[in-house]
Amino acid sequence: MSAQSSPAAEVFAALGDPTRLALVQRLSAGGPASITRLSDGAGVTRQAVTRHLEVLEAAGLVRGLRQGRERVWQLERDGFTVAQAFLEHVSRGWDEALERLRHFVEDEPGEGGSWA
Amino acid sequence: MMNTDRIEREILLRAPRSRVWRALTEGQEFGSWFGVKLGAGDFQPGARVSGPLTCKGLDHVTMKFTVEQVEPESFFSYRWHPYAVDPDYDYEQEPTTLVEFRLDEVDGGTRLRVVESGFDLIPEARKAKALEMNSNGWAIQMENIERHVSAVESRG
Repeated sequence: MSAQSSPAAEVFAALGDPTRLALVQRLSAGGPASITRLSDGAGVTRQAVTRHLEVLEAAGLVRGLRQGRERVWQLERDGFTVAQAFLEHVSRGWDEALERLRHFVEDEPGEGGSWA
Repeated sequence: MMNTDRIEREILLRAPRSRVWRALTEGQEFGSWFGVKLGAGDFQPGARVSGPLTCKGLDHVTMKFTVEQVEPESFFSYRWHPYAVDPDYDYEQEPTTLVEFRLDEVDGGTRLRVVESGFDLIPEARKAKALEMNSNGWAIQMENIERHVSAVESRG
């Protein structure tokens, strides 16, 4: 996680997909699971599930551990929850809004600006 | 362990406190930096404020909040439904979050502190749904990162 330039950005980019979000929710609720179990009822192919898991892995959200013939996937972050991801998402919105506020109050030509 | 109930932000603005106050509590001013079309006029306690978002991809969404407290040039707060961007979802039944702005005069300008709290009471399913909608949500700029992640994905 420390190696990533912007964990929050990667987290919600990775979670901005229904299949990946469902995978995270499943791992969050049910604990570590094999690709077979995760593909079951996912509505997409096993290959697609693997690719989605790899995207989540690149964002530091899950980790695949080889066990026998297949990998078992688990959440990478202790206590990672949808609640945290949501909060990071909303925080990001505030960061952007406050930067716009900064430009708005600091950049205007004089008292009153264009709204006078 | 991250606190999941509140967000806190602090920013130093190189502008007089009166200027920042106006940007926060006058409808058109608030709208121009926040990205929502609001009518002119100062926010009053108890007022229900609403208008369409102006940011790309979210212009079908009406933003609403109810003003709570207004203490001139020092404190302003409102309640709303955070990230309420699904036009087909009824947010009214859900608890709101409280957004508080505190202003202090400091050397060189104004310190603004923003706290949004009450997230723990928002249903988990709703949070998940908001994340799903992320791709066409605030984060148009996130598309770049998404593309980057997709590139990683296709490289396998």
